[in-house]
Amino acid sequence: MLEFILLSCINTLIYGLLLFMLSSGLTLIFGLMNVLNFAHASFYMLGAYFAYEVSTHIGFWPALVFAPLGVGLVGIFIERYGLRSVHKYGHVAELLFTFGVFYVVNELVILIWGRNPVAYKIPEMLDFTLMSAMGTEFSAYRAFMLLISVSMFAVLFFAITRTRLGLIIQAALTHPDMVGSLGHNVPLVFMYVFGGGAALAGLAGVIGGNYLITEPAMALNLGPIVFVVVVVGGMGSLTGAFVASLLIAALQTFAVGFEVSLSDLLALWGVSAPDAGGFFHDLLRIEISHTRGMMPYLFMVLMLVFKPKGLMGTREE
Amino acid sequence: MLEVRDLNAYYGRSHILQGVHLRVDRGEIVSLLGRNGVGRSTTCKAIMGMVSPRGSVRFQEKEIAGLKPHAIARRGVGYVPEDRAIFPRLTVLQNLELGLKKKGQKGRWTIEDVFQLFPRLGERTHVLGGFISGGEQQMLTMCRTLVGDPDFIMIDEPTEGLAPKMVEQVSMLIQEIARSGISVLLVEQKLTIALRISHRLYVMGRGEIVFEGTRDEFEADTSVRREWLEV
Repeated sequence: MLEFILLSCINTLIYGLLLFMLSSGLTLIFGLMNVLNFAHASFYMLGAYFAYEVSTHIGFWPALVFAPLGVGLVGIFIERYGLRSVHKYGHVAELLFTFGVFYVVNELVILIWGRNPVAYKIPEMLDFTLMSAMGTEFSAYRAFMLLISVSMFAVLFFAITRTRLGLIIQAALTHPDMVGSLGHNVPLVFMYVFGGGAALAGLAGVIGGNYLITEPAMALNLGPIVFVVVVVGGMGSLTGAFVASLLIAALQTFAVGFEVSLSDLLALWGVSAPDAGGFFHDLLRIEISHTRGMMPYLFMVLMLVFKPKGLMGTREE
Repeated sequence: MLEVRDLNAYYGRSHILQGVHLRVDRGEIVSLLGRNGVGRSTTCKAIMGMVSPRGSVRFQEKEIAGLKPHAIARRGVGYVPEDRAIFPRLTVLQNLELGLKKKGQKGRWTIEDVFQLFPRLGERTHVLGGFISGGEQQMLTMCRTLVGDPDFIMIDEPTEGLAPKMVEQVSMLIQEIARSGISVLLVEQKLTIALRISHRLYVMGRGEIVFEGTRDEFEADTSVRREWLEV
């Protein structure tokens, strides 16, 4: 049991920080620009593919630097020459624009790299078991993912709370017009944030793409979860996104281990399940571990009903 | 210093400013009076580029209408909005630091000057902007714009909702600003303050200027007050 809890905690941390890498950009872009960037997970996918390309030619370590930078530039290009022009037509146009970008990127990836997964592998240097405790193995690459994620978090935290650009971003979250009339170029700040958010999502792709699978479906697989994180955390709140990332990760990680069903719980209270074979019998026999996929969305739906601003959202509508 | 001619502005289809003209000279305090909703704040926003203007806004002999707000601010125009717009999650000091156009900027007013003039703000440098009193927020928002060293500043309803003692401090600060060579356009409802500190006055009614003159001219013309100001 202790082993399960320890392992689940580590997995939660790794998965949670990976989610945060994606959701931090998305929530800042929403908070600042009011744009729900549907294409955000595409940047994650591009990060993985760029890293695959760079690592096959030069190596994994250069890929760790160049792939996120490349994705950041793609983000800047999309903001500067696409989104900024669409901005004057309102939020629906912006949402549709990012929706279009999502599919364009998806089809481009299929055109260039094909429909099948590419062989983006964990670097040999990190492909070994770091430690094995109580029969559970912990790979060196997972430790590396943890290291990169924690460093990213520290750098982002420092950048937002200690640098001048970070303060301008924080101020623009609540009063963009005032920030502009104090002489700061707000559209330029938007562009940096969009590019930075894309680069962070790209970084998540670099370290997650080889651990999971690098394939054209990866954006669609992870995209919705990132939206859940942003909604649950409170749109525009970085702290909220952090807490929600860990919460959603814990929910999904721990759910796997619970092979308990509703009827088991009912039995504890002395209530017996309906007769075998009936619909209700089947429903009550579903184990919690099988609802893993549904959990985050159920959480989001309940959140929207009971606390629409999210855990830390302060946004007034 | 500032010359506005035939300024028009729209919110959707509503024609809010209908050919406003006004002038502010160097070192002058000019008040813009009028009832709520006649377009005084919109005039400030149109000058600042926050509402897209039609017409001419010349500042220090150059046309600024059509520029982005940050570019207008960099030319030397400052704006203190009615809602104060304090950054609530940043400290008092950080709020002031964002008033600087560049890190370490030294102009007519420095952050140290602000703390000397208002020791209360100096004592609360690390308190979040959202947690200081309304009066302190008003001082902070004016000083935040001042440390950016504007040559001309528009201050929208600075005494709104303040206690009499604070109102006095605000009007002293405005006079201090003008003495330092910064021209002021003051949007006010409280006639007593506007009359005491302004060199010239404009009265707005339904999107246009309906009176323009000195203090004495204003006091002599009782019909303006009756028709356009009294509720």
